[in-house]
Amino acid sequence: MTAEVRDERLRQVSGLGRLLSRPELGAVAGAVLVFVFFAIVAGGSGLFSAKGIVNFLEVSAQLGILAAPVALLMIAGEFDLSVGSMIGFAGILIAVPAVIWGWPIWMSVLLSFAVCGVMGYLNGLTVVRTGLPSFIVTLGSLFMLRGLSLGVMRGITGRTQTSGIHEYSKDDWINPLFAGQFLQTPIRWLAEIGVIGKRADGLPAISGIPMSIAWWVGLTLLATWLLSRTRFGNWIFAAGGDAAAARNMGVPVARTKITLFVFTALAAALFAAIQVLVTGSADTLRGNQKEFEAIIAVVIGGTLLTGGYGSAMGAMFGALIFGVVQMGIFYTGIDTDWFKLFMGAMMVIAVLFNSYVRNRAMRSR
Amino acid sequence: MTVPLVELRSVSKYFGKVIALNGVSFDVQPGEVHCLLGDNGAGKSTLIKVLSGVHTPDAGEFLVNGEAASFGSPKETLDRGIATVYQDLALVPLMSVARNFFLGREPTKRVGPLRQFDIDMANRTAFRELRDMGIELRDAEQPVGTLSGGERQCLAIARAIYFGARVLILDEPTSALGVHQASVVLKLIVQSKARGIGVVFISHNVHHAYVVGDRFTILKRGKSSGTYAKNEISRDQLLGLMAGGKELIDLEQEIAKLGNGQPASGPH
Ligand SMILES: Nc1ncnc2c1ncn2[C@@H]1O[C@H](COP(=O)(O)OP(=O)(O)O)[C@@H](O)[C@H]1O
Ligand SMILES: [Mg+2]
Repeated sequence: MTAEVRDERLRQVSGLGRLLSRPELGAVAGAVLVFVFFAIVAGGSGLFSAKGIVNFLEVSAQLGILAAPVALLMIAGEFDLSVGSMIGFAGILIAVPAVIWGWPIWMSVLLSFAVCGVMGYLNGLTVVRTGLPSFIVTLGSLFMLRGLSLGVMRGITGRTQTSGIHEYSKDDWINPLFAGQFLQTPIRWLAEIGVIGKRADGLPAISGIPMSIAWWVGLTLLATWLLSRTRFGNWIFAAGGDAAAARNMGVPVARTKITLFVFTALAAALFAAIQVLVTGSADTLRGNQKEFEAIIAVVIGGTLLTGGYGSAMGAMFGALIFGVVQMGIFYTGIDTDWFKLFMGAMMVIAVLFNSYVRNRAMRSR
Repeated sequence: MTVPLVELRSVSKYFGKVIALNGVSFDVQPGEVHCLLGDNGAGKSTLIKVLSGVHTPDAGEFLVNGEAASFGSPKETLDRGIATVYQDLALVPLMSVARNFFLGREPTKRVGPLRQFDIDMANRTAFRELRDMGIELRDAEQPVGTLSGGERQCLAIARAIYFGARVLILDEPTSALGVHQASVVLKLIVQSKARGIGVVFISHNVHHAYVVGDRFTILKRGKSSGTYAKNEISRDQLLGLMAGGKELIDLEQEIAKLGNGQPASGPH
């Protein structure tokens, strides 16, 4: 800030005070705690080897791809519960045309994005037109999309899953975008100098960083930029903070919300494209409960359930916590049944902490 | 007198059977504060909604700069420099002062191929504009929720002025405020007037209105009880004219009697 903006007669807010009013504070602190915890408990288990890190980052990345747009939508005051079944639906849209009708993979991936975008648009349109809570509207979509996926898939293939998609996708130009890796050269070099371990056969423990991680970071940066540095971002905050006030000031609230529903749907399609092309299979049950996991990551990230306040960076840390805990529990050999208990509790604690911090910030006068 | 910035001539407005306004005339000159007084339900809000383009009058004329005008929407009215600050203020408490100041009209700058919200310019401008109007902010990035009621009112007024308001319509800006906060807002009204803005100040508080007003129009059950310049009418006369004024005077007398140890009225 420039000197001009400063008012010399009034107390400067301390750097700490400012930091304490950032929405992502809780998630950053939580991530540090979780890292310290698993460094102590699982330090020697390989969780923090190159392979282990990529493993938990990949889990975090998949969730984070959903969490970034879900954060924007929740800041605008809406929920999208259809994200999970949108993922299953998108997978079917990729698999069926490719496997049954012989479409090239790039075309079926584009089809999936286009159809999901339209579905997201319909979600948003229904919400703003009817004035019903998005919780209810998208709860309906959650069931409808799951049913549609099952019906279409079984109707066409007679089964609920398909595998062997690698065969069609491995030579497609679109494959590296979703299932590829990046930073392969520096990683080979790091392995040469011994920073990254090698496997028994002499190859580096990891050959590159999965593309999903690039998508995660990229989408988070994009969402952060949108929120803090665009008009659209101002409209997102206003739509969730006080929609009537925003409308009175000429903010296109309906258009803003519809756009964000399209974003979450496209993120589901992206999630599905990565999953289908990495695993080589599609299943109508894919993405189950991802909508809730995304909401948990976003809420841990400091976004207010009632809208108007939050951050995409926070959601990124929320997703990071998710990945570390999930893989940490796996690596330490703790029964993975405990994972959900832990994440649920973590979310409740985060909400308590975040509302405490926010109330302090709003009382700062 | 010069040509009024806005003028209503014998305007009527009906809502079904309700006659909200009945042949009311009203105008505001540049650099004057015209107070619109009246009890609840007198039609004050309806009158300013006609002025701001929310309602079209059912009878009578609406003139802007002396020319007949009809506005399709509040946006059109705003574009003509007629800005209304409603009681709800159209502010978002969780957002910063600067983000609220520019809500819906965010300044942008080019950064490479992208159009970006110029947040630094927004912070600087909001801070400067508010300081120039006597509102000392700690920082333009503090949430509006941390401002006092008077400061919020001032923010909404400053925003309207910054975006080129020539007529400023304020719906009960002081009614929810304490004495000190109200005085901050009243000062800002006087400042706006000094800038040549025509202010329509709606209130049911005669004391607030009399301090800043140049002319006073009293509405009673949808009808105008006349318009008076400040030198034509005293505060007490104004009180007497308002619906409820007579009741207040009666009440005063009753209380005076009570003070003398006499029963105010017969037994019930
Ligand atoms: N949109 C409307 N529909 C029906 N009646 C209305 C409407 N707006 C105002 N009225 C009626 O018009 C009268 C004047 O109201 P209003 O202008 O709000 O008064 P004030 O602002 O002076 O309290 C009241 O009787 C009110 O009920
Ligand atoms: Mg009113």
